[in-house]
Amino acid sequence: MKIAVIGGGIVGTLIARLLSFYEADVTLIEKENDVGWGVTKANSGIIHAGYDDEPGTLRASLVVPGNEAYTQLQKDLDFPFMRVGSHVLAFNESDLKTLEELYKRGEKNGIKGMKILDREEVLSMIPKVNPDVKASLYAPSAGIVIPWRVALSASDNFVMNGGKLALGERVVDIEVSGGRVRKVITDKNEYEADVVINASGLFADEIAKMAGAESVPIHPRKGEYILLDTQEYTNYVLFPTPSHGSKGMLVVPTLSENTLIGPNAVDLPPDKKGDVSTTESGLKEVHEGAKKLIPSIKLNKVLRTFAGLRPESPQRDFFIKESEKVWGFINVAAIRSPGLTAAPAIAEYVVEELLQQRLKINLQKKREYIKSIKSIQKVSRLSIEDWAELVRKDERYGNIICVCNRVTEGEIVEAVKRGARTLDSVKFRTGAMCGPCQAARCAMKIAKIISREAGIPIEEILLNADGSNIAVGKVRP
Amino acid sequence: MKRVEVVVVGAGAAGMAAAKGAAENGAHVLLLDNENWVGGILQQCIHNGFGVHRYKEELTGPEFAERLKKEIPSDVEVMTGSFVHKIFPEEKKLIVISRRGIEEIHYESMVFATGAREKTFQSLLIPGTRPVGIYTAGQAQRMINIDGYLPGKRALVLGSGDVGLIMARRMHLEGMEVIGVVERLPYPGGLRRNVKQCLEDFDIPLYLSHTVVRVEGFPRLEKVIVAKVDGKFSPIPGTEKELKVDTLVVSVGLVPVKKLLAKFVDVESGILVSNSGQTSVDSIFAAGNVTTIFDLVDYVANEGEKAGKNAALYAKGKFEGKRIPVKKGEGVKVLHPKWYDPSDPLSVYLRVSRPMERAVVRIGKYEIEAEDLTPAEMVHVEIEPPCEDEIVVSVTEV
Ligand SMILES: Cc1cc2nc3c(=O)[nH]c(=O)nc-3n(C[C@H](O)[C@H](O)[C@H](O)COP(=O)(O)OP(=O)(O)OC[C@H]3O[C@@H](n4cnc5c(N)ncnc54)[C@H](O)[C@@H]3O)c2cc1C
Ligand SMILES: Cc1cc2nc3c(=O)[nH]c(=O)nc-3n(C[C@H](O)[C@H](O)[C@H](O)COP(=O)(O)OP(=O)(O)OC[C@H]3O[C@@H](n4cnc5c(N)ncnc54)[C@H](O)[C@@H]3O)c2cc1C
Repeated sequence: MKIAVIGGGIVGTLIARLLSFYEADVTLIEKENDVGWGVTKANSGIIHAGYDDEPGTLRASLVVPGNEAYTQLQKDLDFPFMRVGSHVLAFNESDLKTLEELYKRGEKNGIKGMKILDREEVLSMIPKVNPDVKASLYAPSAGIVIPWRVALSASDNFVMNGGKLALGERVVDIEVSGGRVRKVITDKNEYEADVVINASGLFADEIAKMAGAESVPIHPRKGEYILLDTQEYTNYVLFPTPSHGSKGMLVVPTLSENTLIGPNAVDLPPDKKGDVSTTESGLKEVHEGAKKLIPSIKLNKVLRTFAGLRPESPQRDFFIKESEKVWGFINVAAIRSPGLTAAPAIAEYVVEELLQQRLKINLQKKREYIKSIKSIQKVSRLSIEDWAELVRKDERYGNIICVCNRVTEGEIVEAVKRGARTLDSVKFRTGAMCGPCQAARCAMKIAKIISREAGIPIEEILLNADGSNIAVGKVRP
Repeated sequence: MKRVEVVVVGAGAAGMAAAKGAAENGAHVLLLDNENWVGGILQQCIHNGFGVHRYKEELTGPEFAERLKKEIPSDVEVMTGSFVHKIFPEEKKLIVISRRGIEEIHYESMVFATGAREKTFQSLLIPGTRPVGIYTAGQAQRMINIDGYLPGKRALVLGSGDVGLIMARRMHLEGMEVIGVVERLPYPGGLRRNVKQCLEDFDIPLYLSHTVVRVEGFPRLEKVIVAKVDGKFSPIPGTEKELKVDTLVVSVGLVPVKKLLAKFVDVESGILVSNSGQTSVDSIFAAGNVTTIFDLVDYVANEGEKAGKNAALYAKGKFEGKRIPVKKGEGVKVLHPKWYDPSDPLSVYLRVSRPMERAVVRIGKYEIEAEDLTPAEMVHVEIEPPCEDEIVVSVTEV
């Protein structure tokens, strides 16, 4: 059985990982130079409790199991994740009514531990909250995650089990004959395939068209963010009470000890799937929105701004289905929020329900496969004794390269060993270059390490995409 | 574990001078730096203009560092490639990470001289894409001068401080096309001699009262959109201009690197010290750009040397710190030091809040006449005032 998974986001990598436990020949195809650089890299990073989703939708049925799956998934894939809990804050009577509805919906969806807290309780948990707050819906099962780390670990695990990872290859066509998928054609290669899983995020409609399969139209909805170099505002994820289906502007603590504020929501036409630029009005909106929750939020410690694009479709639900027109083609499309949360459950649903039940593909578990991996050791989080021990074994763990986040040469070398060839690949694996100096002090040092370890000349080292060479030439002698 | 009398954190100009000052006063000194060399930022400043006061000569950065290094007594222990990871002021110890291992250093007194880092483009909230090709000036400087690589072909510089001006010239001399320097202030941010020697001599235009409002292009920078600004630095609609460049070099100020100590000592933008270099914690001294951003390395070295001397005296129980407040009066934007300790002369460094043609600088009861003051150029006055409750420093235009 030959299976091609298109798209190395959180969804595609988790599906590919699960498939790598079975006797199958699986190829994961990703157009970018690393996994996790699509929708998966620019979002709120929240593992939602799951009260937003209307019971009866596919989303609702996947989000709570997805949330629960994170406990085991973290153990297996060793990525940063913490159940910090979330609050939906209510500021008026109509908000209070909505909280009640969310609570009821949450119960139907099977969420455990939710509580509606009164003003005093909210103030004591979040001292800097807007004092106009009336109540909150508190959900202890909500968490925060570093989403690209899930994709990276899943893809590493996939490769360890013999999966083939095709990075930097764009799918340009899908060959179909006799009502079945036959081949996936990229700008560089061709892959024979009995089954094609379309997990290409924003581009899922275009990929489905290549196969002549059913699709839902997808347009991007931009969300802009400001990342602050402080965690003084809140230890919990804070939402305003939702209105008109939008979650509104949030204040989110991150696992790199920062605070994320945003996102706004701006619908873009379908031809703007690459437009992740930030705008003046958007950034203003984000700050104003966040101040409604925490009035004291200031923009004096800005690390950076960014934007992500939600893959929106008119029907609003996930579109996860085998094609009725083309046997072997499976859409995992329109994975809008809370796609991160649902992703582990989506992967199971695709492999168990769609492949095995509906397509009746008899997948055999491999006799031996690896299910859990260790991610790169973050040495500055170790105890001094353990760190010292590591330096005794390998002196490179004593050479600090990223001074802001204390990332050592040893960690960077390990990232290169695991396939990192660009600066962003090192950044997303190690956390280097994410601190207050934003790579100004260490980018070149890291480029030299990649160059030395992988044998690539400095001028060919990329920041991320092809064409992003960090140097254009040598200074004349 | 290791025990020293004075530990110096950071071996830039301030740290090297502190090591010298402390050793010459009889202390057993350890000088630490994370880089594999001493000299700090000086090593990447290959232009002339260092040491006019201290050595009465115009040296390059590395030459200045070499001179200063020679002045450090040979009994000072120097450990490069050594990163100070944590400081425990109450136990007077710090943890150093290096390839040789992780070591605990116990000290009697410390001189903290970790310098400054550059403010980033990303922190400015300028909207647009996030392409390759945007560098801080120091990053571009290090890339060109130390690593030997060119960041791009056609550049614009944001910020007319000295670092920005010097980088405009450097890139021009290396064969890049430098299409201009953009500055939001109505006057240049750097020294006048640098405006002449770095821009005017090479016909590089300076756009005053302008700023960058947006960047475009991905994965490489393609366009920078600039606009005129009003008195409050807000872009004036309708004045936008598109400039096609692949490189934007950003020089919008330095930020003291104070995180390791910020929880323990009094800080504002930098670590606060008295004129003897002492912080709010008796055993900790600080000097150089981590205290305030100095224009001249000569000032940095002098302050470092003094802090080193006093740290040595403290280690030997011969230093009693006093802290008489030195306060900002009218016309003063930046003032250094925070306190006056009569055991040393009072070296006052200040920046005026706006350009003034003729002015009177008042330091407590002293009055000094001055001409041609701009915020870009630090004013330095050394006096020995009597002890008072506080000393107010002001500048009035006349
Ligand atoms: C602003 C915002 C906030 C969000 N917040 C949350 C949240 O807090 N919690 C939550 O649970 N969810 C959240 N989400 C949703 C979540 O981020 C997404 O549902 C999830 O990341 C989707 O993952 P994916 O793998 O489907 O898509 P992607 O990560 O986009 O993966 C698809 C991959 O396919 C590749 N690809 C596309 N076309 C081709 C081609 N032709 N050939 C080869 N490869 C191709 C892409 O490069 C990409 O890497 C948010 C989304 C946004 C935008
Ligand atoms: C581009 C440029 C041009 C300049 N031009 C001139 C000029 O023409 N004339 C002039 O007089 N002055 C000039 N200056 C100013 C002058 O060079 C500086 O003011 C001076 O060198 C600063 O010295 P410092 O010791 O405070 O800091 P730095 O030189 O920054 O030294 C700090 C040192 O501390 C180390 N460090 C930091 N944290 C740690 C840690 N945790 N553990 C270990 N080590 C650490 C760093 O590695 C660094 O080596 C210029 C500066 C620049 C950037």
